[in-house]
Amino acid sequence: MIEVQGLVKTYGSKRAVDGVSFSVKRGDILGFLGPNGAGKSTTMKMITGFIRPDAGTARIEGVDVQADPVGVKRKIGYLPENAPAYPEMTVSEFLGFIAEVRGFSDRAARRAHVERAIGLTHLGSVRTQTIETLSKGYKQRVGFAQALLHDPPVLVLDEPTDGLDPNQKNEVRGLIKSMAVEKAVILSTHILEEVEAICNRVIVISRGRLVVDETPESFLARRPGARMDEIFRSLTDSDA
Amino acid sequence: MKQALPIFKREFVGYFRTPVAYVFLISFLLLSVALAFSRFGGFFRAGYASLEVYFQFYPFLFLFIVPAAGMRLWSEERRSGTVELLFTLPVTTLEAVVGKFLAGWAFLALAVLLSFPMALTIGYLGSPDWGIVATSYLGAILMAGGFLGVCSLTSALTKNQVVSFVVSLLACAVLVFLGYSGFTGILESYLPVDAASAISNFSFITHFTPMLRGIIDAKDVVFFLSLMGFTLFLNVVALER
Repeated sequence: MIEVQGLVKTYGSKRAVDGVSFSVKRGDILGFLGPNGAGKSTTMKMITGFIRPDAGTARIEGVDVQADPVGVKRKIGYLPENAPAYPEMTVSEFLGFIAEVRGFSDRAARRAHVERAIGLTHLGSVRTQTIETLSKGYKQRVGFAQALLHDPPVLVLDEPTDGLDPNQKNEVRGLIKSMAVEKAVILSTHILEEVEAICNRVIVISRGRLVVDETPESFLARRPGARMDEIFRSLTDSDA
Repeated sequence: MKQALPIFKREFVGYFRTPVAYVFLISFLLLSVALAFSRFGGFFRAGYASLEVYFQFYPFLFLFIVPAAGMRLWSEERRSGTVELLFTLPVTTLEAVVGKFLAGWAFLALAVLLSFPMALTIGYLGSPDWGIVATSYLGAILMAGGFLGVCSLTSALTKNQVVSFVVSLLACAVLVFLGYSGFTGILESYLPVDAASAISNFSFITHFTPMLRGIIDAKDVVFFLSLMGFTLFLNVVALER
């Protein structure tokens, strides 16, 4: 469903992403790991068509992001880092706007999609509040609702559980897991236990390069008895 | 171009979701009317029922007011990160630029049209030429679009709204003063008349003034429309780089 081929992005003299390739199948939840600044977000931004790669490309269900960026954007639900949203809009206004831009021009269809997204992310109690008045956890859920709204085949989530309390984290993980059956999901995270809990693939990138692409089980088997974060540290230590 | 519509709607309604719209509309109307009645304007001294006294200050008023309305168009999106949200939705850059520009333009047009009590006043005081009133309004709205094109472009170049405001103001000031009578007088004393008039051709004033006299010349309309087209094209390029 997602094929990433040789993505490269250079900022000035720094190569942020250096030839990253991987693929994700339907039903996969791919945990995207790496220290801050390793190029996780940049890679996600290239897959979702927000920034143009210097080389390489990504294909979503066969649609090439370089050739047809708008086509790719239709197929992806994307939660950017920090879940940006228009602060002066209420939750339902905002989701209504997203639905309209997503092409649900019919009022009834729009309402149905907004209701579904609000239901999935439990936003019912704050639907008439403006987004600027919401707590971090609710804001994150609004971003999540926005990404799910059109029931996309591919979800790209940049730190979806960042800033949530343990209960909310659990809930979001449950949600991702329940939806992954018929979707391909990429999620970036700093929380290694999250990868163990829900992902069936692990990718580690360090200094813009892919260093690991395997299952969490074989990742843990790299050093039997060690915890995930110890292995992670030994793989990415050169960054510090 | 279909997806420009929801972006237009969100942006236009967005002006009214914050106090920005009300502060803006009220101060614009107060200032413009106060200038007309001031000793620089001399609305009553003019002695004839015309809005030329009212509209003659528009290029100078727009110099401050349009950058204030246009500075947030893209700077705000870039600062708050919503630009990433917007451009990972299925819209093209052109649709987003056009949608936002038209929303800002519609808002400015609303501000201009809310000065209708001035038109009613001259209608009550005398018998104005309503054709000239109409061309004046058309000219003011076209000129607002020209200003806003420049401001939308500068706003796309920076995350900082203050920088956006100041750069817009400077760029618009150049485009205003190239046609200001004091400045063109100086130009003509140094340059051949043809060269001086070619330069003043790039000014808002040069193309706005005939409309206040009831003249709609194709070259004036084309000037404003092509300025909008050109700045919006650069706007798309600036966002896609």
